[in-house]
Amino acid sequence: MPLSLIAEQLLNGLQLGLMLFLLAAGLTLVFGIMDTINLAHGSLYMIGAYIAASVIEASGSFLLGIAAAIAGTALVGVALEMALLRRLYQRSHLSQVLATFAVILIANEIVRMIWGSQPILLNMPSALSGPVELLGLRYPAYRLVVIGVGLMTAILLYLLVNRTRAGMWVRAGASDREMAEVMGVDTRRLFTLVFAIGAALAAVAGALLGPLLAVQVGMGDNILILAFVVITIGGIGSIRGALLASLLVGLLDTAGRAFLPYLFRQMFPAVIAAEAGPAVASMLIYVLMAAVLYFRPTGLFPARG
Amino acid sequence: MRNTLYIPLQPWPTLGVVAVLALLPLAAATLGQPFYVVFATRVLIYALIATSLNLLIGYGGMVSFGHAAFVGAGAYTVAMLMPAGVASAWLLWPAALLAGAGFAFLVGAVSLRTRGVYFIMITLAFAQMAYYLVLSLRVLGSDDGLTLGNRPSLGLVDLNRDTTFYYAALAVLLAALAGMRALLNAPLGRALHGIRDNETRMEAIGFATYRLKLLVFVIAGAAAGLGGGLLVSLNGLVGPNLLNWTQSGVLMIMVILGGAGRLLGGALGAVLLLVVEEAIAEHTIHWPLVIGVVLLAVVLFAPQGLSGLMRRRA
Repeated sequence: MPLSLIAEQLLNGLQLGLMLFLLAAGLTLVFGIMDTINLAHGSLYMIGAYIAASVIEASGSFLLGIAAAIAGTALVGVALEMALLRRLYQRSHLSQVLATFAVILIANEIVRMIWGSQPILLNMPSALSGPVELLGLRYPAYRLVVIGVGLMTAILLYLLVNRTRAGMWVRAGASDREMAEVMGVDTRRLFTLVFAIGAALAAVAGALLGPLLAVQVGMGDNILILAFVVITIGGIGSIRGALLASLLVGLLDTAGRAFLPYLFRQMFPAVIAAEAGPAVASMLIYVLMAAVLYFRPTGLFPARG
Repeated sequence: MRNTLYIPLQPWPTLGVVAVLALLPLAAATLGQPFYVVFATRVLIYALIATSLNLLIGYGGMVSFGHAAFVGAGAYTVAMLMPAGVASAWLLWPAALLAGAGFAFLVGAVSLRTRGVYFIMITLAFAQMAYYLVLSLRVLGSDDGLTLGNRPSLGLVDLNRDTTFYYAALAVLLAALAGMRALLNAPLGRALHGIRDNETRMEAIGFATYRLKLLVFVIAGAAAGLGGGLLVSLNGLVGPNLLNWTQSGVLMIMVILGGAGRLLGGALGAVLLLVVEEAIAEHTIHWPLVIGVVLLAVVLFAPQGLSGLMRRRA
C-alpha cells in the first residue's frame, strides 16, 4: 500500500474528525450543562447548509454564505431554545428525545417545503476546487481549507471556554449547575448563549461539508448519530473529551473503510473478505463506543467529578 | 385495600374490542375495501412491537433507543430461512422470536450495565451496528433488501389469503397482551415496577436487578423479533430501513402516544399513529409535519399519552 494513500486517508480522517467536533462541541455542552438530549442538533446542521447554499447561489460569495449560515442558524437555535428546549430541561430524557425527534420531523418538512425534495447544489469556491501539492502528495485544496477552519474553530472554542469569563461560567455549569447558580451565574442566559454557539458551530460544519456531501432533506439525521457517538465516548459535557473522541472516531472510521477491506484480503479468502471488510468497517466506531462504555460507563473524560 | 399494581381483566370491554377486531375483515369486505385488511394486519403487528417496547420503557424504565434492531433480527431471519427451503410458519416465526431474543440477550447483557443517558446511547449504538451490518452484507441484499416469493404456510389455513393472515396476527397480538398482563401481575412484574421506581433500593433488598432487567429485555426483544418475522411474512420484502434509528424513534412515539406504562399503551399508540399517518398521507406529502406537531403537543401537554387522557376523563 503506497504511503501517499495512507497520508491522504489520514488527512481525510482528520477532516471528518474536525467536522464531527464542530457538531459534537455544541451537543456536549447542551448535554453537559443542561442535561438535555437534543436530537434536533442535526436539523441545525441541515439548516446551516441550506442557508449557506442559498446565499452562495444568490451572492456568489462563499464567505458571505458561511457568515449568513452562522447568523441565521444561531437565530434559529435561539428561537428553538426559548420556545421549546427551555420547557424540557426539567423533563425526563425520554421526553427530550421525543420532543426533539418531533423537531426533526418538523424541520425536515419545513425545509422540504422551502427548498423542495431534490438535493441542492453547493459549489465550492472555484479558487479552491483544484488539488495542491503537499510534500509530494496531491490533496484537494478545499479539504485542506476545511481542516484549517476546523482547527481554527477548535482553538477559538478552546480559548473561549478556558480563557474567558463566559467560558468559566460554562465550565462551572457543566460540572455542577446548581452550585454555579448559587454562585450567581445567570444560567438562563447562559443556556441560550451556549445553545446559540452550538447552533453556529453546527452551521459551520453544515456549510463546509455542503460541497463535499449532498445538501438534502434529512442530511443531519445520520451525522447526528455520529456526533452522539463522539460525545458519549468523550464523556458528556467535556469539550476536551469531544475533541479527542471526534478525532478518534474520524480517523478510525476513515481508516477502517480505507484499509480494512485491504487487510481482510490478506487474511481471508476473497469471497469472505469482500463481504466482511466493508461490513466490519462500517460497524467499527459503534464497536468502539460499546467497548468504551463497557469499561468506562461514563466515557473517557467525564465532566462531572 | 385495593392493589394498585394489579391489572384487572375487564371482561366486557375486552370482549367488545376483540369482537370488533374479529369482525373487521367482514366489514372491509362488505364495504368493498379489501386493501384495508392488509393495512389492519400491519397495524396489529406494529401493535405487538410497540407493546414489547412499552414493556421496557413503561414498566421497566429502560429507555431503549434500539428496538428496531430486534424487529430487524426477526425479519431478516425469516427472509433468510424461507429461500433456504423453510416454508412453515410454525418454524419461521419461532425462529424470528428466538433471533430477537438472542440479539436482545447480547445487547442487554452489555447495555444494562450502564444507566440513564448512557443506556439510551449504547442501545442506539448496537442498533446502528446492526443497521450497518445489514446495509453492507450482500448476502442480506444490502440497500435493496430481500424479497420473498410467497407467504409462509401455516398448516391447515392459507396465509396467502389476507383475511387468514389478519386472524393469525390478531391471535398473536392477543396472546402477547395476555402474556404481558400475566407477567406484570406475577411477582416478576412487581419486581420490575420496583426496579423502575428505585433500582438501588430493590438491589439493597436483595433482588438480582441486573438479571431481572435482562430477562425482561430478552422477552421484549423476542416479541419484537416475532413482530419483525410477521411483518416480512406479510409484506414479502424487507429492507435495511426497518433497522434505521428513526424507526426506533417511531416505535418510541407509538409508546408515548398510546401511554407508556399502560397495558394497552403500545397497541393504542400503534393504531393511532398508523391510522393518522394513513389518513393524512392521502392529502399531503408533508404528513411528517403533522405527526411532529402532534408528538410535540403530546410530550408537552399530555405526557401520559392517550390512555392517560382517557383515564383523566373517567
